[in-house]
Amino acid sequence: MTEKENEKFRINFGPQHPAAHGVLRLILDLDGEVVERVEPHIGLLHRGTEKLIESKTYLQALPYFDRLDYVAPMNQEHAFALATEQLLNINIPIRAQHIRVLFSEIGRILNHMINVPAQAMDVGALTPTLWGWEEREKLMTFYERACGSRLHAAYFRTGGVHQDIDESLINDIYEFCDPFLKVVDDLESLLTENRIFKQRNVDIGVVTKKDVLDWGLTGVMARGSGYNWDLRKTQPYESYDEYDFKIPVGKNGDNYDRYLIRVEECRQSVLIMKQAIEKLKPGPIVTDDRKVAPPKRAEMKISMEALIHHFKLYTEGYDVGPGEVYASIEAPKGEFGVYLIADGTNKPYRCKIRAPGFAHLQALDYLTRGHLLPDLSAVLGSLDLVFGEVDR
Amino acid sequence: MKKFKMPETLSQEINNFELLNSFILKREIFDKNLIILVDQSNLINVFKILKDEQDFAFTQLTDLCGVDLPHEEIRFQVVYNLLSMSNNSRLTVKAFTDNSNSVPSIKKIYPAADWYEREAFDLYGINFSGHDDLRRILTDYGFEGHPLRKDFPLTGNVEVRYDPDQERVIYEKVDLKQEYRDFDFESAWKGFNYPENQNDIEESTDD
Repeated sequence: MTEKENEKFRINFGPQHPAAHGVLRLILDLDGEVVERVEPHIGLLHRGTEKLIESKTYLQALPYFDRLDYVAPMNQEHAFALATEQLLNINIPIRAQHIRVLFSEIGRILNHMINVPAQAMDVGALTPTLWGWEEREKLMTFYERACGSRLHAAYFRTGGVHQDIDESLINDIYEFCDPFLKVVDDLESLLTENRIFKQRNVDIGVVTKKDVLDWGLTGVMARGSGYNWDLRKTQPYESYDEYDFKIPVGKNGDNYDRYLIRVEECRQSVLIMKQAIEKLKPGPIVTDDRKVAPPKRAEMKISMEALIHHFKLYTEGYDVGPGEVYASIEAPKGEFGVYLIADGTNKPYRCKIRAPGFAHLQALDYLTRGHLLPDLSAVLGSLDLVFGEVDR
Repeated sequence: MKKFKMPETLSQEINNFELLNSFILKREIFDKNLIILVDQSNLINVFKILKDEQDFAFTQLTDLCGVDLPHEEIRFQVVYNLLSMSNNSRLTVKAFTDNSNSVPSIKKIYPAADWYEREAFDLYGINFSGHDDLRRILTDYGFEGHPLRKDFPLTGNVEVRYDPDQERVIYEKVDLKQEYRDFDFESAWKGFNYPENQNDIEESTDD
């Protein structure tokens, strides 16, 4: 062996690097091309979300959740809405529950349609990205038609959803479903049996069952390793227990299994969306508790009380608590939780956001030791990171 | 698949386990959450029992965070959220600490605690004894203070800008063009508190 082959060195990766999926800085200790140690430096996108939430009313705090995992915004809002609803002890109308399920699943597809192609792009395939983004664009139009905004929805409000969705939107979402399954098949035809894709992903970044527990991995990361664990089934929230769908579970815990699970989850999400559309019956979309949800605009024209309620809600907001809850949902990336301490005023006393990406990134060092440098970006792709939620 | 274990059931099970029960100072139930308060000196023992005993099997640390209570005698809380996949249950464990005392690190029991403890240290200045790498994690390189403490200003203390003369990004003290507006909503929804005695009103108008 020559001296050069033995050389160990340390390199800096990011924070501006196309394979870093955002602003991630890694300090890599390499032995030739073998990764010996990875030290992630996060926080480059830290915006103090939790601190800001403490100074805002509950209604004003909600939009911050869109800005965490900006790939699937409504899923985050869902956790916060559930937490406040638990503290206020209110139930939301049936139609609102199904709308929430419908848009949560749209969020799941939004997420997987960016993650699966991005994982492919990390190992050199460009076409899936273009196809994935096209579908995302359609789904974002649905977001826009429901709440007026493509990304920052602020749609899942405490007590229900902000606005009702009309028949034409429901029909269009239904018509989206079947052609989308075809796109998923096409996407699979590019990747699933692709020799290069398999060489780069099979047996890479293997997560054992013990690792899942030790590192607090959730969502696809846990299911890829054989845990049949999905909060939609195991700790059903909203009306998920009325829905008929399957949880794909992996065997090997490698990148490839996680890819397969995400693709299958897209299909299951479409199934749920169709069921949700069938279950949607006309009815109220927000609780009639006027101390929490604003009255209808038409009502405000004739009722003084309604007008006062509206004014009070949008200036002071509503009081929550005292109490503390941990509410979690199955976000596309894993378990997204909100630990909320309310002190009986109109602002949260403490709002801890439990982001799945934070725990997943933490395991990166452990998962990539002994891998080659190019595998690092493949593992990074399959961890499914968005720095909005990692850095908060 | 097991059904979610309700907090009342879990609380009963903890009662039956004497050793663990003796460590618990206080317990509360909020909706689906069971919260137990333990002394920080017993923390390691509590987590060992919770993780290793099959009855509990809280094998996953979901979340760890700090809470600042500046008006309390002991200022900080550390909150641990645990999950048991095999029993399908959740538990919240709490411990108290202050500036001068540290909390034992549970990194050896739950490796995932590593970054979470760093985060609590960064944002609240809570010390974790036995943590070998307690550096800042979310805030900027060279940041001063602990931003999530209640006495840390929302606007922060420094702001950055590019200085064309020095040709680099510089830090300056925050300069607010307009004062930060903080409204007091203490009486929200409850309406005005009318004094019971008419004389009280007259007294107050004299002031």
